[in-house]
Amino acid sequence: MNRLKNMKRTTKANFATYLGVILAFVIVTILVNNGMLKRSHMGLLVPICCYIVMAVSLNLTVGILGELSLGHAGFMSVGAFSGVIAAMSLAEAIPYAPARLVIAIIVGAVCAAIAGVIVGVPVLRLRGDYLAIVTLAFGEIIKELINCLIVGHDSEGLHIVFNYNGSKSVEDLHLLEDGIVIVKGAQGTANVTTIASFTAGFILIMITLVIVLNLVNSRSGRAIMAIRDNRIAAESVGINVTKYKLMAFVTSSALAGAAGALYGLNYSSMQATKFDFNTSILVLVYVVLGGLGNIWGSIIAATVLYVLPEALREFADYRMLVYAIVLILVMLATNSPAVKNVLIKIIPHRKGEEDNG
Amino acid sequence: MEFLSYLISGISLGSVYAIIALGYTMVYGIAKMLNFAHGDVIMVGGYISFCAISYLNLPGWLSLLLAVLVCTVLGVVIEGLAYKPLRQATSLAVLITAIGVSYFLQNSALLIWGAAPKVYPPLISGTLKLFDGQLSISYVSLLTMAACIVIMVVLTTFTSKSKMGKAMRACSEDKGAAQLMGINVNRTISLTFAIGSGLAAIAGVLLCSSYPTLMPTTGSMPGIKAFTAAVFGGIGSIPGAFLGGILLGIIEALAKAYLSTQLSNSIVFAVLIVVLLVRPAGLLGKYVPEKV
Amino acid sequence: MAKRFEKPKMVPVPSHSIIPDRDVGKSPILECSHLGIDFGGLRAVDDFNLTIGRTEIAGLIGPNGAGKTTVFNLLTKVYQPTRGTILLDGIDTAGKTTVQINRMGIARTFQNIRLFSNLSVEDNVKIGLHNQETYSMATGVFRLPKYWKKEKAAHERALELLSIFDMQDMADMKAGSLPYGAQRRLEIVRALATNPSLLLLDEPAAGMNPSETAELMENIVKIRDMFQIAVLLIEHDMSLVMSICEGICVLNFGQVIAKGTPEEIQANPAVIEAYLGKKKEG
Repeated sequence: MNRLKNMKRTTKANFATYLGVILAFVIVTILVNNGMLKRSHMGLLVPICCYIVMAVSLNLTVGILGELSLGHAGFMSVGAFSGVIAAMSLAEAIPYAPARLVIAIIVGAVCAAIAGVIVGVPVLRLRGDYLAIVTLAFGEIIKELINCLIVGHDSEGLHIVFNYNGSKSVEDLHLLEDGIVIVKGAQGTANVTTIASFTAGFILIMITLVIVLNLVNSRSGRAIMAIRDNRIAAESVGINVTKYKLMAFVTSSALAGAAGALYGLNYSSMQATKFDFNTSILVLVYVVLGGLGNIWGSIIAATVLYVLPEALREFADYRMLVYAIVLILVMLATNSPAVKNVLIKIIPHRKGEEDNG
Repeated sequence: MEFLSYLISGISLGSVYAIIALGYTMVYGIAKMLNFAHGDVIMVGGYISFCAISYLNLPGWLSLLLAVLVCTVLGVVIEGLAYKPLRQATSLAVLITAIGVSYFLQNSALLIWGAAPKVYPPLISGTLKLFDGQLSISYVSLLTMAACIVIMVVLTTFTSKSKMGKAMRACSEDKGAAQLMGINVNRTISLTFAIGSGLAAIAGVLLCSSYPTLMPTTGSMPGIKAFTAAVFGGIGSIPGAFLGGILLGIIEALAKAYLSTQLSNSIVFAVLIVVLLVRPAGLLGKYVPEKV
Repeated sequence: MAKRFEKPKMVPVPSHSIIPDRDVGKSPILECSHLGIDFGGLRAVDDFNLTIGRTEIAGLIGPNGAGKTTVFNLLTKVYQPTRGTILLDGIDTAGKTTVQINRMGIARTFQNIRLFSNLSVEDNVKIGLHNQETYSMATGVFRLPKYWKKEKAAHERALELLSIFDMQDMADMKAGSLPYGAQRRLEIVRALATNPSLLLLDEPAAGMNPSETAELMENIVKIRDMFQIAVLLIEHDMSLVMSICEGICVLNFGQVIAKGTPEEIQANPAVIEAYLGKKKEG
């Protein structure tokens, strides 16, 4: 008990985060096992896990590193397609689905990390809004490149065709008779064996939390936050700015790739257009509403905002309109000084926290 | 001759981008915000003009005027309701609010006009035939290019010569100092939004005249492209937005024609990335290193 | 008002500088020769020569806009010099980056305070220890034994360094919420954490009241004695400069107009005309 008291505030907050996620998992699992969730709601579980991982990982770039990225969905896309390709190609070699899922997620993370390095090395030299526009551009480029991809697998291995001028088709893969087509260009993946599960999603969230929270509370994490707070001062105390920016960016990309692989294996078909600019923005909204640098906030925001459009179903056609209005009102309520003053008057004892936020 | 016709269609497309980018760059210059809702104002402009022509049977030029009027008011209202209360907030908070406004406009359009694409009747039809019909340029293209040049000249004169234009430039340099010099900063920002949104309406009408399908999402991609164009030319700079828009249009048209239709956007974005790596503040932007 | 600190005998060395006699026989920590930088057509600093002894407290003074901070930026390679050489502990620093310069042994503070204001005071110092208590990213993420060992060492070292300025009780406060004087002191602690052999202080007493300034002077001398390092400081507070600096270099319009002991500088007519004369009137 005494030890708990002596723990630092951040350590306590981290434990609370882990505990909260575990608790949520247990409750949802009980609900599922007792048949208390509707089928349509159960379908949301894996995507929610994926978007939580997306939000936490984007928070690493935007909140911890302090660089605005508008192309996070691009890395999710790389992870999704590489993960699906890996899982489908290994279907016969590794019949045990969970093992295949793990490999697919690792492949997704590694491929997205490579994409992260390719994007990060040139881009992280830019600052502010210029960096934002270039990440946006990369997200769109990744989307179009994947749209041109035709991939199949047979006993001879992987066959890949790059359909850059629209003249290639599935026939150009020259698959043997036992072959399967995995990615059909703009039509995306097809007939994917869906092996993603809520448990896998939960484990992925926990791994993400361990990586991000431990990173933040270590030497590397402090260096990353130092760059965010004052780049020039960080250089003056001997911190290699490029190295740590890249470290944060690539870690963030790899986690997005892992989330993508899980996401891709949750649907029997999926198109690259799913991961466009709007998806990047969606995740950014989670991060900003959850609070920059606030991991717990990202988790809550991702969950609530992913479920919100579903919960608003009774508004039918108006639901996205309501969503937009809620979004604007929340931003005004949390950021406008006038509204803030009113809030402080209502809850006087929270004044200190308001100032920090 | 083939090349020339691609080039001209590129310049025409680029002119639309340039008009949108001018609005983007002015708003960015003064409010230092990425107004993601700007692209959706284009769409609203297109729909207003469409309704005026199809339902009210107004002539094209009157529909354009109506669209400009509605969008100008819309721009000022959006600024006043959504952005003004956030003047002191972080740029990210304003960005998310702008995204909210963008969703709002798109979904309002979806409710009012439906998801099915509308076919926009072009302002003017017909083509100009040159070189014994080897080269044909549509009048819409000519109108677009002419409009772009006129707007560019008027805006440059306005910002450099008029009192309000000077106030705008002062505000974009230093809002605090401008206020101390007796400039009404809030009114200046509203005016900038009004001009930007009016330009977006013109761009919307011209865009729909060249590409006649009108949907609630019509404005998103041109919006992003125009934003890219503004950054390409150096965001905050009026000649930069013009140059960036035209170049982007040309690159896109030529890439589509000669390289790959599938990857035309990628090629455009790749050129942007290369330009930014060589010139971190865009073609005409000034790179100001942080002072130690 | 100002307490007089014991002054060493200053002896001349080549390049027309002087160093304290106790540093004779040891190689000087810093030797700048013919250092210069142009911004466009403007010669911001020109033909700047300076030698600093291994444990010297040196002052760099001059009117506003004379190029003092630019000299600091040249020494720390925020700007690459257009001309001249900088030898740090006898090693040429040409082509080095700011980060490498810090690892070679120069640490600095900033005129306009640059703390990591969203982080705690302790974390600010720990960031200064970045290259002292090192472990890899993987060690941190997987919390290997080395992580706990190094974090403990960093924590203890940070508190020890903070105690120089009696700031150990503020360790958990957010750096940005500290009072102004404490922020300036924290910058010095952070710089010291990088284990420098030359400490550059850019107007350390700016915004401090006379009693805080007096305490700062004692602390600067204490730091020099404790760590056996050299200090080069820019300061407008003449009582501070004249009482603790052993050698002084006066800059005007980017050029050195005088070098010498405090007594020599105070008596130098060029200095009085350019700088001190005006100061006395005002």
